[in-house]
Amino acid sequence: MLRDTHVTLAHGGGGQAMRDLIEEVFTAVFAPPGMEDQARLEDPRLTVPGARLAMTTDGFVVTPIEFPGGDIGKIAVCGTINDLAVGGAEPLWLSAAFIIEEGCEVALLRRVVASMAAEAQAAGVRIVTGDTKVVGRGAADGLFVTTTGVGVIPPGRDLAAGRIRPGDVAIVNGPLGDHGAAILAARGDLALSTDLRSDCAALGHLMEAVLAAAPGVRAARDATRGGLAAALNEMAGAAGVGIEIDEAVLPLRAEVRGLCEILGLDPLYLANEGTLVLFVPPEEAPAALAAMQARPEGAGAAIIGRATETRPGRVEMQTLFGGRRIVDMLVGEQLPRIC
Amino acid sequence: MSNAWAIRVRGQVQGVGFRPFVWQLAREMGLAGQVLNDPEGVLIHLACADPARFVAALRDRAPPLAWVDAVELAPHVLDPVPADFSIAPSQGEGAETRITPDAATCPECCAEIAAPGRRQGYAFTNCTHCGPRYSILAGLPYDRARTSMAGFALCPACRAEYEDPGDRRFHAQPIACPECGPRLWLEGGDGAAVPGDPIARAAAMLRDGAILGVKGLGGFHLACDATAAPVLVRLRARKRRPAKPLAVMAPEALLADLAELTAADRALLRDPAAPVVLVPARAGRLPAEVAPGMTTLGVMLPYTPLHHLLLAAFGGPLVMTSANLSGAPQVIGNAEARAALAGIADALLLHDREILRRLDDSVERARPPAVLRRARGRVPGTLALPPGFEGCPQILGMGGQMKAAICLLKGGQAMLSQHLGDLDDARTAAEFDLARADMARLFEHRPQILAADPHPGYRATQAAEATARAHGLPLVAVHHHHAHLAACLGDALWPRDGGPVVGLILDGTGLGADGTIWGGEVLRGGYSDAERVAHLAPAPLAGGDRAAREPWRNALVRLDAAGLSDLADGLFADHPRAALRAAVAAGVNAPLSSSAGRLFDAVAACLGLCAEGQSYEGEAAMRLEALAEALPVGAADPYPMARAGAVLDPAPLFHALAADLGRGAAPGLIAARFHAGLAAALAAVARAEITAGRAVAVALSGGVFQNARLAAECMHGLSGLRVLRHARVPANDGGLAFGQVLVAASRHFDAREMRPESD
Ligand SMILES: [Fe+3]
Ligand SMILES: [Mg+2]
Ligand SMILES: [Zn+2]
Ligand SMILES: [Zn+2]
Repeated sequence: MLRDTHVTLAHGGGGQAMRDLIEEVFTAVFAPPGMEDQARLEDPRLTVPGARLAMTTDGFVVTPIEFPGGDIGKIAVCGTINDLAVGGAEPLWLSAAFIIEEGCEVALLRRVVASMAAEAQAAGVRIVTGDTKVVGRGAADGLFVTTTGVGVIPPGRDLAAGRIRPGDVAIVNGPLGDHGAAILAARGDLALSTDLRSDCAALGHLMEAVLAAAPGVRAARDATRGGLAAALNEMAGAAGVGIEIDEAVLPLRAEVRGLCEILGLDPLYLANEGTLVLFVPPEEAPAALAAMQARPEGAGAAIIGRATETRPGRVEMQTLFGGRRIVDMLVGEQLPRIC
Repeated sequence: MSNAWAIRVRGQVQGVGFRPFVWQLAREMGLAGQVLNDPEGVLIHLACADPARFVAALRDRAPPLAWVDAVELAPHVLDPVPADFSIAPSQGEGAETRITPDAATCPECCAEIAAPGRRQGYAFTNCTHCGPRYSILAGLPYDRARTSMAGFALCPACRAEYEDPGDRRFHAQPIACPECGPRLWLEGGDGAAVPGDPIARAAAMLRDGAILGVKGLGGFHLACDATAAPVLVRLRARKRRPAKPLAVMAPEALLADLAELTAADRALLRDPAAPVVLVPARAGRLPAEVAPGMTTLGVMLPYTPLHHLLLAAFGGPLVMTSANLSGAPQVIGNAEARAALAGIADALLLHDREILRRLDDSVERARPPAVLRRARGRVPGTLALPPGFEGCPQILGMGGQMKAAICLLKGGQAMLSQHLGDLDDARTAAEFDLARADMARLFEHRPQILAADPHPGYRATQAAEATARAHGLPLVAVHHHHAHLAACLGDALWPRDGGPVVGLILDGTGLGADGTIWGGEVLRGGYSDAERVAHLAPAPLAGGDRAAREPWRNALVRLDAAGLSDLADGLFADHPRAALRAAVAAGVNAPLSSSAGRLFDAVAACLGLCAEGQSYEGEAAMRLEALAEALPVGAADPYPMARAGAVLDPAPLFHALAADLGRGAAPGLIAARFHAGLAAALAAVARAEITAGRAVAVALSGGVFQNARLAAECMHGLSGLRVLRHARVPANDGGLAFGQVLVAASRHFDAREMRPESD
């Protein structure tokens, strides 16, 4: 029985304390199949001829660990599900590995695990295996989580940035920068009181709905670190097309816009945790947009631009004032350029 | 036994009527021989014993657009001696490859379009001494077939002029007349040609308050009545340009009524380059909407026959502002104008001579000499290099992110490109790529070395890296403020071995040698290297580049740093101070910078100038400069600055400023004391370096030195010392590329001199 309020090095020592922690905090909640270190997985979708297995892994670190709209566990589940989903895979299973800093509150750990379990259940995904390690103070910052996801790509489905063609329409599922802005605002030192919440959400169901309505979708990317700008630049580079977006139609919450104005940040570069951009042939764009808008995580969906033949590899934005800005990949940190 | 002289003339001597001038001169003196163009310039063989009088005349009576750098004499044998003097065909690969800049209409052509004759009222009149050049050039050698005049076949009358060495149109490639040349028309907003004389109709529309798109020499202008405030308000609204000063074009007699012109101003106005010249405005002559908050006016003379005819028909001063929209390059094509100017111009004054190269108006000042924007009329004029740069390899300098311009080093000369604009805009970036290819082709430039700013976010730097990779070329990183210093040294023709110079380098921002953002620097060094001697105390750029747009942010951080937070709270009560202070404290997008530009912004914001935001780059500083005009240079008691080691701290300055504000001092006095204080502190550092024998001269560079008041205060503080200043190359980032190639060349020489002798 786990009585401690805080994690100690003993919880990583391999003895009874560790067993108690794992059983009470993790396996009781995740309920992985079997009691071995290895999950043995079965699903009828695996055996369909032409189906492909998809796998991805991500490590998650975030400060603060809990923030408006989510916590590190929710991000760890959603982020990995989204990496599978934007590749056209139906996410099925996750592993979760935890690196816990000595002194971490057990109550916090329980909240994070509960949030992971709830998110996984809502997404139709099972957390089937995992690991925990406890490290000394200062060797980690509170809690790090690594998730690995496995999913199945149905036969005939092929999403890849290289398939984007000039004329394809770019659609995002909702407002930009909510996560990055919420995290900034949640940092106590910024003295900002806002209603901002992270957009953290799993997008597996949304992708399935879009693909059902618009099977011609070429490619999708979740706009996480580096924001929409990084996702679009990657896609433009991989496809050898130009991408044009229109500032006037970019979905952006007033609070995010306001925060960006004060801090001089560009929402195109703010991180998202539940926002994706996809490219679809123009004739399927209305169906794809409607399918997104029919779901809560796509309620704010909008067409933001298109792929072009001109200037392959480059992303450009028509600005509100008639300018035509080059949207670069961020080089290192953003250094001031105005001389 | 020699019986003649071979006379070599170097300089700008091709495509400017130099050969017919020589031909006429020889005939006048009754001398036989020949003249021809070759890759080195003009070569004359002259049968005579003593060529002294002839050579003197070559320099003294050279045609208006010619520029003689050198005349070299060598004995020669003419066998047989020809009967008379002739113009011989050009010789050698690369002959006639020199291109002269576009030139303002000459007095003869002006007289011709005003008087009865076949070119009366003809908008495309030109001759060997004037007219389009670089703007209509497609390729080399420069002849009509490789210009946008190619489609206009000469009529017999024009051909006769073209072929007559005695005519001022001998070999004038773009000559034309109403019979054979380009045509002018006025097009209404509906796209239909307006019937009647296009000049008369255009002038009538302007009198009625219309805004016209006018196709000029290097691009389109937006023209309107400079005396009608409501029209100016409309122009500003349509162009989304609330406050940036507008250039005014008028004949000299009219200009003299609008501005105070000295002989130096008039000479610059009349220069064949016909730049926009910044001059002190006469108060109240034009509506404030022309240049809000300014005491200066940007003026120019009509420089094409079209301008002369339009101004004569209109009868007053016209605003002539570049037709470029929101960061896009200036419009140059008819179709482009119809599309881009649709919501702005009520009608378009068009013609069918294509503009092949986009050239904004150059912007200059005569008092003291300064080039603020180098383009039409100056480019592609070459820049002579200082002593010590002889025999340098071909080098390409890529310039900076703003006011982009590249610089080619070749054959002992530098060629600084026209101003290309700010590379944040995709259309300007495309223009930048085109210009690089265009100039490499025209000048057969094959660089062995590339030079660029080390700022990783500059598009010019990214392009340099890509080019260096693709061609396996060495890329020399030249720090921003060192490039400014080198540009100034080169502009002043300071010898490569001239000894260490202390540079006062003041600008907005640039990446410094220590990886932080610099901008208020005292450097010491030369072409190859420079070190930081002193600098303004760094302050956070609260919000990164946003700080450059909103001066109040800079005032807040400077006042806070000086312990004057209460004053900041009072001045900026309605601003999100707490959030910004927290962001600064947390280090969120608040990099430290020693920027001088932001210090100007901070002081301007304390006086309520553009505190919320600047509508154009430099607005706050320019308005602060205008305020300082209330007192003569040297008259204001300088605000104090503290020096601790290498750091010049403006905190005491803000305390004194706060005291002045508290006692209700006039803003003009505060502005003047600030300029004097900053200049005095910088000058003291420079003087100490020289007194201690660590430097032999002072150089002034960086965009902040476009501020004539600051420059004058610095000169006041540096009196008695040798001061190097810009004259041909912009002190702002438009001159960076020139500095970059000089640094790269100098280091190349260093490396060669270091190398042990080998045989
Ligand atoms: Fe600069
Ligand atoms: Mg991943
Ligand atoms: Zn002429
Ligand atoms: Zn003719």
